[in-house]
Amino acid sequence: MTFAITALVMTALVLLPLAVLVLRAASLGPQGFVAAAWTPRARAAYGVSLGAAVLAATVSAVLGLVVAWVLARIDFPGRRVLDALVDVPLALPTAVAGLVYSALYVEKGWLGHWLVPLGIQGAYSYLGIVLVLVFVSLPFAIRVVQPVIESLDRDTEEAARILGASRAQTFFRVVLPGILPAVVTGFALALARALGEYGSVVFISGNMPFKTEIAPVLIVSRLEEFAYAEATTIAVVLLAMSLTLLIVVNALQQRLARNAQ
Amino acid sequence: MSIKQSHAASGSQARAVIDGLEADVVTLAVWPDVEAVAKTGLVRADWQKRFENDSVPYHSVVVFVVRKGNPKGIKDWPDLAKGEISIVTPNPKTSGNGKYSFLAAWGAVLAGGGSADDAKAFVTELYKRTPVLDTGARAATATFSQKGIGDVHLTFENEAHLEVVESKGSLEIVYPRRSIRVDPPVAVVDANVDRKGTRHVAEAYLGFLYTPEGRAIVAKHHYRPWGSAPPPSADGATWPAIETFDITAVGGWEAVMKTFFGEGGVFDSIYLPEAGR
Repeated sequence: MTFAITALVMTALVLLPLAVLVLRAASLGPQGFVAAAWTPRARAAYGVSLGAAVLAATVSAVLGLVVAWVLARIDFPGRRVLDALVDVPLALPTAVAGLVYSALYVEKGWLGHWLVPLGIQGAYSYLGIVLVLVFVSLPFAIRVVQPVIESLDRDTEEAARILGASRAQTFFRVVLPGILPAVVTGFALALARALGEYGSVVFISGNMPFKTEIAPVLIVSRLEEFAYAEATTIAVVLLAMSLTLLIVVNALQQRLARNAQ
Repeated sequence: MSIKQSHAASGSQARAVIDGLEADVVTLAVWPDVEAVAKTGLVRADWQKRFENDSVPYHSVVVFVVRKGNPKGIKDWPDLAKGEISIVTPNPKTSGNGKYSFLAAWGAVLAGGGSADDAKAFVTELYKRTPVLDTGARAATATFSQKGIGDVHLTFENEAHLEVVESKGSLEIVYPRRSIRVDPPVAVVDANVDRKGTRHVAEAYLGFLYTPEGRAIVAKHHYRPWGSAPPPSADGATWPAIETFDITAVGGWEAVMKTFFGEGGVFDSIYLPEAGR
């Protein structure tokens, strides 16, 4: 029964839409598909989309570990407020995030006022894309790791310390192996979130072809021409790339989890 | 009777109706969007003949919005391709507003006696000076007015008025000598009204736009109502005379959608790496 429900839900919500997507793209035939999905401009856009997402997910995974550690281990005034703040990016319409970030980092913005003279362009740049992607993906990286840190057996850490391990040794040899699988899962979720992001990115990237144009912008361009099949080919390539990345990351996560046991 | 409204970017609204949104009427930004709906049979092929003035009840024109006092001295199109001018306009491939800005620049060169090559050289210069390609008109407005990017923002006259009011005196409008006339068309979605039995109200709703009351509301929102002696706009602003050309002066919608904005078209060619950017 539960299997039937799972199968039904996954088919209706995930597999069916994906099948429609692939069918629509396939209607062009192999040559038409390549012609629509593999132009130099599209290839550059895939590069921007994937590169920025991987970078952002990496930053999120590291920052997420630090934040999760602090929230789980250190009691300080305002901890609960901070803990609640973690989820805000999930609730905020991402277009708002894009607008606010770009307004902050432009030359006349609060942060850009200081950063732009130093040569740091946080708005209308690749860096801007990474910034908003970190913003939207960080909650996943934190929330996956936090409960794992909370459930760590602190006796093992104490034992390690008593047996003469330094703090660094304790962290890297005793604590980290236990939480690394969760960190990698957080990375995978953050990556998936960042790959699909559109709303915030278009407001901060500047959308310059070959430089800061993400693949979803090309999808929208083709849709504006009412070229549905051509638009879906780009979506299919993006999807295939995402799926490959996620499979690799999941395999890594499982291997780490096995080693940790 | 109740009126339900849905407002979003013109192209995505057209796609929504094509995909089954049961709209009785569509009022879209550009002719190709209504035509795309008509191609599916939802709107009758002769939709342009159903209301006066080819189903275009009001117009706008593409104008310039500049910083207070016009510090860069921008008066007309040629000024946009001189020196260190930074221009804000949305991506013409994803925005109707952006399409019109591109076409206004192109047509201004032709109307001034230039050739198609001159026009291409001019728009290339223009987009080289465009640091941000927002995907929609309102995003471009935010880029220019709120984030302080650029010296001039190309947009519709009605949008320009909203932007200037919003800026509380930090922006002003400049009318170039010539510009394109913006023709946002309206249409009844025949298949939907016939099934729902709402043809009568739907037609009356769009017909109202041509009545004196309708024209007054149109003018209040800084669109130029079609026909002679347009009423003044809300704040008493009149309609500065401007020499206009329409879409036919730049080849008509079907041609421009393909040659300018289609995949691999003129706009794309500006951004080819070989173009020496």
